[in-house]
Amino acid sequence: MGKLKLIIKREFLAKVKNKSFIVMTVLSPLMVVGLFSLIIFLNEKNAEEIRTIAFVDESQKFSEAFEDSNAVKYIDLTSLGIEEAREKTKEFYYGLLVIPKSDSLNDLSKGITFFSNDTPSLNVLSSIESKLEKKIRNLKIAELQIDVDKIKAIETKVTIAAENFSGEKSSKIGSVLRMAAGGGFGYLIFMFIIIYGTSVMRSVIEEKTSRIIEVIISSVKPFQLMMGKIIGNAMAGILQFIIWMVIGGILLFAITSYFGVGEVSTNSVQMAPEMVQQMQNSSNNDLQVVLQEIKNLPILTMFFSFIIYFLGGYLIYSSIYAAIGAAVDSETDTQQFMMPVLMPLVIAIYVGFSVIENPHGPIALGFSLFPLTSPIVMLMRIPFGVPWWQLITSIILLIFTFIGMVWFAAKIYRVGILMYGKKPSYKEIYKWLKY
Amino acid sequence: MNNVLTVENVCKNYGSYTALNNVSISVPKGSIFGLLGPNGAGKTSLIRIINQITLPDSGSVYLDGEILQPQHIQHIGYLPEERGLYKSMKVGEQALYLAQLKGMSKDEAKRKLKYWFEKFEITHWWDKKIQELSKGMAQKVQFIVTVMHSPKLLIFDEPFSGFDPINANLIKDEILNLRNEGASIIFSTHRMESVEEMCDYIALINKSNKILDGKLKDIKQQFKSNQFEVGLLSANKELLLNQIESQFTVEESKTNSFNEDFRLLVSLKNRETSKDLIKFLNNIAQITHFTEVIPSVNDIFLKSVASNN
Repeated sequence: MGKLKLIIKREFLAKVKNKSFIVMTVLSPLMVVGLFSLIIFLNEKNAEEIRTIAFVDESQKFSEAFEDSNAVKYIDLTSLGIEEAREKTKEFYYGLLVIPKSDSLNDLSKGITFFSNDTPSLNVLSSIESKLEKKIRNLKIAELQIDVDKIKAIETKVTIAAENFSGEKSSKIGSVLRMAAGGGFGYLIFMFIIIYGTSVMRSVIEEKTSRIIEVIISSVKPFQLMMGKIIGNAMAGILQFIIWMVIGGILLFAITSYFGVGEVSTNSVQMAPEMVQQMQNSSNNDLQVVLQEIKNLPILTMFFSFIIYFLGGYLIYSSIYAAIGAAVDSETDTQQFMMPVLMPLVIAIYVGFSVIENPHGPIALGFSLFPLTSPIVMLMRIPFGVPWWQLITSIILLIFTFIGMVWFAAKIYRVGILMYGKKPSYKEIYKWLKY
Repeated sequence: MNNVLTVENVCKNYGSYTALNNVSISVPKGSIFGLLGPNGAGKTSLIRIINQITLPDSGSVYLDGEILQPQHIQHIGYLPEERGLYKSMKVGEQALYLAQLKGMSKDEAKRKLKYWFEKFEITHWWDKKIQELSKGMAQKVQFIVTVMHSPKLLIFDEPFSGFDPINANLIKDEILNLRNEGASIIFSTHRMESVEEMCDYIALINKSNKILDGKLKDIKQQFKSNQFEVGLLSANKELLLNQIESQFTVEESKTNSFNEDFRLLVSLKNRETSKDLIKFLNNIAQITHFTEVIPSVNDIFLKSVASNN
């Protein structure tokens, strides 16, 4: 037992002291957060740019239709006439909107033109269009002598409140959130299994090529060495995960509070009063719904199952990786054996992303019980709620597979680490099992 | 119990391949035991069984009279032929780690390492990484790692490979020192002159079978062919040769002498003794040289393997 501890310590320190580990651990969250803040920054920058749009309204009907907003200002150049307005716009403004004189509102809607130096942005055009549509609609209502209040009375905003039979509320935002959480966790496990599995394999190959292996296994059992390696690397992985979470959390918090992403409602003050009302209502509602949904997620179950499934999946795959490392002499020889190992992982990811669409279907159930895919697929299902018997069955299957796989890998490892020279075939590896 | 290690009727098969077939050896305490054999004979398989790296299919191994058990590894030091160290680990850290794996406490390991590092004058390497050292330097560290826990039994597989003559000599002296301090040593090598110099006992393995073992002196005695190398001064060499050939079997010697003398290998027939030969030669020529031909380990090796094949 003492020797196992020594090996774990060495493997852990060798991994953690490695420059690439330190760089990866510190840089990755910085890069993610950096990217995130760059996107926010660029958005803000874009929003800060104020465009001035001139308009010539020959119909005299729209002068009040154009309200300035944060991003767009409107200038009435009707008094200058079209030609002069064009010259002026060319020099000073973003674009010129020309509304021709027309008696019929229907004809009017077809003759409106927008002139600009460059191709106008889609957002600007559609915002102008909607303003015009709204104004024309109001004009038509007036023309047809329909009571505006009655029209308003007809309009209803519908939000479907979804609820399952046991009374838990759910919503569209909620299911998006579940998909994101499930997908994110599943993908994280996928990444960690591959990164740390490969790291175990490299470490085995390093011992083989540096020929220290024979010195070490004259002191400890090959099984101890293999397990020490696997556990040491797992601990480095968990440490990295925790550091990422902490750094990422702090940075995300800092950045969101700096850019004020959380305070959506304050931006809408300058909008039309009734719109502000609506916006505030809906955004407050959305925010509350999101918060409520986050609270509704089975966070504790997710946390513990992440640890259980990460360890289970990692132990299964890293023992296979260790066996592969033992069987070959150099990393270039591993390709042939890597394919069949990566296959179930990749399938799990593909299946997983379809599973989050239908988290309780037969495919979802099957792949979340099958131990080679369950760490990823089950984790993607958990945010949607998984019956206990399925969780327990899959964990039991995972544990048995892990024991079997470690036993199997140890047999290959034991023989493989002392074999130098040619790359073995599957047939030879099968023979090793019987030594 | 006079044997530090006894291997009894050990067999080991890898699939259908037999690596060791009923091999038995005994290593007496305080001796240097040469384990010889052509490549692929089964030496490494035997050494791995002694180190408990692999288990024998049948047969048993005793260390100091006790059947071999996991805790015995701290009494064995093994320098494998295929050896190396963690390249990116510091020398001191690495030596401490390996010592602790052998069951030493950290403090004890530090003390021992200090002693050996000072002895080899390599104290300043402590914080260097193995990849910064030359091959010979790394081999020195490897030697220290093998012997630092003062094992009863040391197993050296080609210990001199990678050393220049000066360092090879240093290591040879250390091995002899360790023997004098009471350790027993199994020594596997293809360099027959070092076997000749150092080994008290040898065993020869060929094609998975032990074909020869015992005290080196006895084996030499056994392989002696009653042949003598003589140097004679004579005016008429041809007449002299004829005279000797009438009595004995004669071969030309390959040794070049400094004098103008005539070197011959003369074999005795059944009843004659060296005394008879000297008497005979003394009558016909002036003797400048007379030695009994003792077979070298090399000759014994070649002869035994050839006859076994």
